Amino acid sequence: MPAFTFTVNGASVTVDAPADLAMLWVLRDKLGITGPKYGCGVGVCKACTCHLDGDAFTPCITPVSECAGRTVTTIEGLAAGDQLHPVQEAWLDVDVAQCGYCQPGQIMATVALLASNANPTDADIDAITNVCRCGTYVRIRQAIKRAAAAM
Amino acid sequence: MATEVGPEAQADELTRRRFLGVVAAPVLTVAIGGPLLKPSSAGAAIPSPPQLADTYDLGDLYSTSCKPTEDMLVLELGEDGVARLQLPRMEVGQGITTALAMVVAEEMELPLAQVEVLLSDARPELVWNQLTGGSTTIRSTYLPVRRAAAVARERLRQAASLRFNVSLADIELRAGVAYGPGGASATYASLTSAAAALSVAHTQVQMKPSSAFTLVGTPTNRVDARAIVTGQKQFTLDLDVPGALPTVVRRPPTLLGSPQAILNAAQVRAMPGVVDIALVPTGVAVAAETFGQALAAKDALQVTWNPGTIDGKSNEDIANALRAAMLPFAPALLVKTLDAEFDFAPVAHAPMETNTAVADVRPDRAEIWSGLKIPIVTLQNIAREAGLPQSRVVVHVIPSGGSFGRRLYHDGALEAARISKAMGRPVKLMWTRADDIRHGRVRGATHHKVRLTYALGQVLSYEHRMASTKTDWSHGFGEIITALAAAGPGNFGYAQTIFNMTVACPYNFGVVTELLNEPEAPLLSTSAWRSVYSPMVRGVEELLVDEMAALLRKDPLAFRRSVLKDAKQRAVLDAVASAGRWGRAMPAGHAQGLGFHQEYRSMTACLVELDGTDPNDPRVTKAVIAADVGRPINPRGLEGQLLGGLTDAISTVLKAGLHFDDGLPLESSYSDFRYARQSDSPIETELIVLPANRELPGGAGELGVAAAAGAVANAYARATGRKPRKFPINFDVDFEPAPR
Repeated sequence: MPAFTFTVNGASVTVDAPADLAMLWVLRDKLGITGPKYGCGVGVCKACTCHLDGDAFTPCITPVSECAGRTVTTIEGLAAGDQLHPVQEAWLDVDVAQCGYCQPGQIMATVALLASNANPTDADIDAITNVCRCGTYVRIRQAIKRAAAAM
Repeated sequence: MATEVGPEAQADELTRRRFLGVVAAPVLTVAIGGPLLKPSSAGAAIPSPPQLADTYDLGDLYSTSCKPTEDMLVLELGEDGVARLQLPRMEVGQGITTALAMVVAEEMELPLAQVEVLLSDARPELVWNQLTGGSTTIRSTYLPVRRAAAVARERLRQAASLRFNVSLADIELRAGVAYGPGGASATYASLTSAAAALSVAHTQVQMKPSSAFTLVGTPTNRVDARAIVTGQKQFTLDLDVPGALPTVVRRPPTLLGSPQAILNAAQVRAMPGVVDIALVPTGVAVAAETFGQALAAKDALQVTWNPGTIDGKSNEDIANALRAAMLPFAPALLVKTLDAEFDFAPVAHAPMETNTAVADVRPDRAEIWSGLKIPIVTLQNIAREAGLPQSRVVVHVIPSGGSFGRRLYHDGALEAARISKAMGRPVKLMWTRADDIRHGRVRGATHHKVRLTYALGQVLSYEHRMASTKTDWSHGFGEIITALAAAGPGNFGYAQTIFNMTVACPYNFGVVTELLNEPEAPLLSTSAWRSVYSPMVRGVEELLVDEMAALLRKDPLAFRRSVLKDAKQRAVLDAVASAGRWGRAMPAGHAQGLGFHQEYRSMTACLVELDGTDPNDPRVTKAVIAADVGRPINPRGLEGQLLGGLTDAISTVLKAGLHFDDGLPLESSYSDFRYARQSDSPIETELIVLPANRELPGGAGELGVAAAAGAVANAYARATGRKPRKFPINFDVDFEPAPR
């Protein structure tokens, strides 16, 4: 079985895995990093959203081979120790979450959006297609605007 | 309101009563009978007598069933100063752990950060008192939790008075510390052992008066919010159960089919990472080293199948069966009628976390981890299935990624137990999203036939008949006896009882008749969906209230005000009408819509604005929602639930449903099951939580769906000039279905 080396949340790791194994299962089943969640497995719900070299990606449809030599950040790697990222702080301020299952993905999608667009419009926020089945969209929008203002 | 005499009197009795230590509450025997209707201030409207749900609803029945065991709650104060409540309920995102942590903190005089609410394992000795559903959790646990916390608090006071050698009256409890005269103080942590050793048989305990509350009733953030935003909150699949292998199931091509034989078992066993394969009644299970490998092996399986329950059947067949089950109305003579028929397509629950469970079934014991709203029946069924005594089965209740009614059923846990038994190893079972949408349980299709009769500007009668795909109530009332009674022919009796205990018309519409009929076939796999019958029954009723108002040449708000039964209802409606500026000028193709709903001893009104410029792609642009729940515990959590109900309404009224086609839904993911996204959600919102006006809280988790469904449908009708009759309104098969 081939070995793949990449950086995850600041640490270099090497895993033995089939080249086409989706990164979500490398993270969850091989590395025990369970913040990214399975929601659909086909890149639609985006509950697993993480960052690959800083850009949002869906590890459920990304083979591990594509991540070799690159930098992966999951929700667990977003805060600097106890110092939460401003987007996480905004999520707490607005009390966005209900069940919480989709929120790691929503937060990672927001961080990626704000990195390229410091002041997103409502239309820009509408373009985030992550599903929240609890229906927390109104508070997600409020939290994105709050985080944008804070950053 | 006349209908609240019963619960209020009960609240007064329970909160004023002094009691000794933890006492068993008496079993209340509540006669079903309506109080007399107060004279209506609505004037000329023809009064309707109260319906069953007005006087004694499902939550009352459930709370009564919990009485014998309600003081068997476990509340412990650790030596770390943290109070831990073992709650026999299920957290699915609705916020009960936060609300009840607030109640414990309030009653014990502890900081909220020093309270943890943990979900109890299945406790069969609780009988009916471990069911999460029907918006009953806060209603059924508010007083028992407060009593337990008050007893704990008074034990601490007693321990402190002995330590400081002063009288009880000289002890002040504040933020987890006991203060005595002259600067003496002791933390709860330092008192817990001494308090445990005390005899409390003669401790007089009284609950804190609600007028002294400083936390309950105050907007408060979720207790698990930080764990969520840092990715630390653990769901079932995140648990590290040693040896539990990732497992998925290949399922039949039609609903409730079953496997005959595996044609290529040796080939699939040889695939990378595959550890075992097993035939189970629901399909073929594959366990592998990773889920990715299990999924690949599942897809490679060649299996022959037995037929299911609805092979060859489509939505149209289901709708025809429902229409055929509908009895005609008697002719209406000498009065005008407003007649309408409505159809609702089946809807998936589709919680973000699919059906999941970890199971470790051995010859002499079994251990299960899963998100379960009725864990006692789970334990009893798995014990029966595994041939084990109940005492050898442990069922852990894990917080889940949503439920919306889905986790009333333990089919995932049972399937995992069967697989674990067949493979002889612990397994971590995950349903795929396609499994969850196609083979999961659904809100069944419904057909509605409604008639209002009217004369001289008044509604004389309101008759609503609903035919529904059988809603499965075989989970019973939380334990195996009622579950067995509800399975099979008993189900319809259950369904009628639940219907009558949840559905009521809030308006003075003269003679009101609401009936449910459930034809036996076609047989879908169903489970109650958030707010059960009300989003459809009350949703179309709100739509017809608007249509009736138009026939009587009245404004929808003014008409509702004239037919609502009391001032509290009108106050909720007026709150949204005022904040939402009802009647303001709207651009062409845009409109406002109103809805009202009363259930769970709570009431809510919703006003939305909708852009219907493109009738095929409408957008709710604004929502104003008000709620009177009697006594809000956590207004912030309540607002979240109302927004969730609104999102459910937007989704199911406008675009989210299932097309059964040849025995299976065409939809298989969120790409085709069109639950709302951010771009469907209103940009502007205002939530109004009315202040506490009585002792006891009403239910809230499901409250928001029906009023919002009415408001969205009404706004769509007013914006587009169309009369919605089939839901969801925009429901074309404009996608390529994924293979079966």
